[in-house]
Amino acid sequence: MTTLSETGSSTGTGSRFEELLAADERVEPRDAMPEAYRATLIRQIAQHAHSEIIGMQPEGNWLTRAPSLRRKAILLAKVQDEAGHGLYLYAAAETLGVSRGELLDALHAGRQRYSSIFNYPTLTWADVGAIGWLVDGAAIVNQIPLTRCSYGPYARAMVRICQEESFHQRQGYESLYALAHGTESQHAMAQDAVDRWWWPSLMMFGPPDAASTHSSKSAAWKIKRHSNDELRQRFVDLCVPQAEILGLALPDPDLRLDEATGRYAYGEIDWSEFKAVLDGDGPCNRQRIDRRVTAHREGRWVREAAAAYREKRQGAS
Amino acid sequence: MSEAEFPLWEVFVRARRGLSHQHVGSLHAPDAEVALRRARDLYTRRGEGVSIWVVPSGAVSASDPGEKEPYFTPARDKDYRNPTYYELPREVRGL
Repeated sequence: MTTLSETGSSTGTGSRFEELLAADERVEPRDAMPEAYRATLIRQIAQHAHSEIIGMQPEGNWLTRAPSLRRKAILLAKVQDEAGHGLYLYAAAETLGVSRGELLDALHAGRQRYSSIFNYPTLTWADVGAIGWLVDGAAIVNQIPLTRCSYGPYARAMVRICQEESFHQRQGYESLYALAHGTESQHAMAQDAVDRWWWPSLMMFGPPDAASTHSSKSAAWKIKRHSNDELRQRFVDLCVPQAEILGLALPDPDLRLDEATGRYAYGEIDWSEFKAVLDGDGPCNRQRIDRRVTAHREGRWVREAAAAYREKRQGAS
Repeated sequence: MSEAEFPLWEVFVRARRGLSHQHVGSLHAPDAEVALRRARDLYTRRGEGVSIWVVPSGAVSASDPGEKEPYFTPARDKDYRNPTYYELPREVRGL
């Protein structure tokens, strides 16, 4: 008999781990697993969790300036969801034997990353719509296969997240549709937002398959079930007809339907921009981390008060 | 990280009356009262439940995953515990 908090060992039962993978069964926290599998999952789930809570910032920027009470209530609910997604994912990472505090420290100190997309600014209200449609849309395409990934707690968190993301994408599309069919300047604002978010959204799928450093092992471990380029292509194919219905153009002169495959060919992605943003030189990298560190520091008295209250009550009983 | 972390709680939610509580995830909280409140905010934002239980993770005892096979095998050997084990005349009804 053991307790729930004990994690499985890294050695000894490697064959059992392989059997689970081969049978397409889920690996659970207390199963023995290779150290590299554990480390890869911690890195990926932590990065994912960090992305959720950093992702609250660009949209939070528009909470007080939403154009109507309806849009404001929707945006509040969405930003609250992102916090919730972060919490599901931190809890999933913790089942691998890492603490919440270590993960937040790693984010604050820049030792762990978050998605580079959140280092772009939200310059106009239309950016909120574009993020919902494109950024959440790309996230959904990335995340749906993760609901079947080999690590149980991660897969379960992704099921909840995907159900909730669907609202995020639809509200964004609706908002963008309203702007695109509004006044001339509203239409122009929607187009400008799409022009700025399209390419960074394509970068969300990560480097091209030939240059991806983590892909092959993750595929063997059934953490990653489709390649970066495959998912990116799926996203482009979904977006092109959606953009037509919006009445907005996607900013890619090379975008065209390949009659033979029924898929859309797209232009060259500027990977030097991706690398620069990832390395810390995006428009908002410093601002995002500063804000996160400040929020954590400013929340400290609340955590201390809760701990003091617990001690007081324990003393009284 | 100088701050001590709050204990971990396992969260169980009853989706609606007539169903049992199901495990939905875990969270950190200083005490049971705050854990319940956080569970409500985290796991029932869309009317997913009508009742919540929170249990300190450390209070849950668990079977050893390494002993899975020998521990659970006996039940699988005993096919005769399942209704489909029995061969009955084709024409019989209501069994």
